[in-house]
Amino acid sequence: MLVLKLALRNIIGAGLRTWLNVVVLSLAFVLIVWTQGFIQGMQEYSQRALIDTEVGGGQFWRPEYDQYDPLTLEDSHAPLSPALRKLVNDGSATSILITMGTIYPGGRAMPALIKGIDPSQKALNIPAGMLGRVSDGDIPGLIGQRMAKTTGLREGDFVTVRWRDVGGTFDAADIRIAAVVITDMPTIDQGQIWIPLERLREMLRTPGEATLVVVDKDTATVPEAGGGWIFRDQEYMLKEIVEMVKSKMVSTLFMYSLLMFMALIAIFDTQVLSIWRRRKEMGTMMALGMMRSRIVALFTLEGALHGFLAVVAGAIYGLPLFMLSKKYGFPMPDVVDDWGFAIPQKLYPSYGAVLLLGTTLLVLVSVTLVSYIPSAKISRLKPTDALRGKMT
Amino acid sequence: MQNGNLIETFDLVKQFPIGGRKFTALRDVNMKVRRGEFLGLVGPSGSGKTTLLNIIGALDKPTSGRTVVIGMDTGKLSHKESAMLRSEYLGFIFQTYNLLPVYTVYENVEFPLLLLGMEEKKRREMVISALKWVGLDDRARSRPSTLSGGESQRVAIARAMVKRPKLVLADEPTANLDAENSFNVLDMMVRLNEELETTFVFATHDDKVIRYLRRKITLNDGRIVEDIETVPSPPGQGGE
Repeated sequence: MLVLKLALRNIIGAGLRTWLNVVVLSLAFVLIVWTQGFIQGMQEYSQRALIDTEVGGGQFWRPEYDQYDPLTLEDSHAPLSPALRKLVNDGSATSILITMGTIYPGGRAMPALIKGIDPSQKALNIPAGMLGRVSDGDIPGLIGQRMAKTTGLREGDFVTVRWRDVGGTFDAADIRIAAVVITDMPTIDQGQIWIPLERLREMLRTPGEATLVVVDKDTATVPEAGGGWIFRDQEYMLKEIVEMVKSKMVSTLFMYSLLMFMALIAIFDTQVLSIWRRRKEMGTMMALGMMRSRIVALFTLEGALHGFLAVVAGAIYGLPLFMLSKKYGFPMPDVVDDWGFAIPQKLYPSYGAVLLLGTTLLVLVSVTLVSYIPSAKISRLKPTDALRGKMT
Repeated sequence: MQNGNLIETFDLVKQFPIGGRKFTALRDVNMKVRRGEFLGLVGPSGSGKTTLLNIIGALDKPTSGRTVVIGMDTGKLSHKESAMLRSEYLGFIFQTYNLLPVYTVYENVEFPLLLLGMEEKKRREMVISALKWVGLDDRARSRPSTLSGGESQRVAIARAMVKRPKLVLADEPTANLDAENSFNVLDMMVRLNEELETTFVFATHDDKVIRYLRRKITLNDGRIVEDIETVPSPPGQGGE
């Protein structure tokens, strides 16, 4: 109690020095939570977006299918098994047929994935219904804004597409761009064109077939598909994105550590300076009968109180900042498109209890520790040296 | 406290390592100080006055020999016991006042009582009383940085005296004061010595202090070369 009382007196009495310390520490604290909140928000959004637009509640694949090897598409299609057909008919899943093709926007040849999707599907958050906008016999096609940018195609444009059917025969047709879709998901955008599933089945001469079947994310139980279809659950499908976000987090962790390090250096520096400046004061305290252990406790507590005040100060201006950024989001630059996973145009950070409490605890523990180290040095100081202002 | 002696030293030797050699600051110092004395350790710089004062105050330990202060052999005390001895029985006055800069005058004087765990009401009474003694009760809320040298030293005296210690150790207490302030604080110490029977031991080479002493122990090169009773001659008593 005495030590607490003295520490409070010292902190209040130190005036500007205390507030400078507190401001630096609180800035680091708020910055750490703020940036981590953005990273967490990005991770949560990219996973959610991936589930909504691509992964759903998991996918049934043909055994030959490899999502990273387009050459496997030639053999990765088959009729739906009765169980899958039931799922699709119930609206709990949607079939997707995929083939490799070539498009000729503006006379240039570009490889593209042609994907067939049911315009009435509800399993994925892809505006496939827009494919119904073209009704005069043309093949309607949907592209994303990245594909539109790469190809120079706009809504209403025609683009020639060439493909090989199941027998290996080349064929070609014109696709009319029904809509350019604004999406945060590069994986349903870049290098691909979506057309109605039945039209693609006709083009490939694969009636009733699909490359994969995406289960609605809200489907509670996924049945055995049979017919050689293999189920890939959400965890399997999200493995890549989790790894990718993790790799991004390494750089953020570096930033986090750097900020924390700077904050700790600030407090450590202040504590060391305090000792240097206040060694005579400590000698006086010793001469007046204060025990060494109490002096160590006093200076450690002073540091810890700086941390506590920084958390309080950080909360005063940080919480409104966090709430505002959570409400209004933060516009993201175009460069994040190259990161390879979904980043919204406006990112909304996520501040979980673990982040807030964890960082608070980390700041408090670290500050206490870096205050203890120089304070422990004091305990070895001879009172006579301390009184002379000498370090031994 | 054998034989009513507050301080006893026996063949006290103190050596400091300087470079690869040893500097002997005190050589076979033997002395006894009775309760209520007003004595000074005098001598030129480097004669060992402050070293002896530090050993008596349990701030330092002798290389050999013994020091018994208020019945306690300071050489055998642990850090904790030394701190308790200083906290309960000793008061210190320093040349540079050594006030705690972030505390007010009141808080500085209150500090030794806080260490003793005294309850607040009694603490307040004693602090106010000590400040009245030194005539600074109207500066209780001031910070040390706003005080003059004389005022600072009076606060230091109040801090040393507030707990009514048996022994006050004062190291060159007037070195940073002008003549008028020096006489003021010395008058104050004499008064405290007479009223409270507090023993004062000075380390000084200031003639102003020496005029107030009733006993003078002269040190030279770490040895006691003279130990005499003197008649005080402060300025108000025909001295100046």
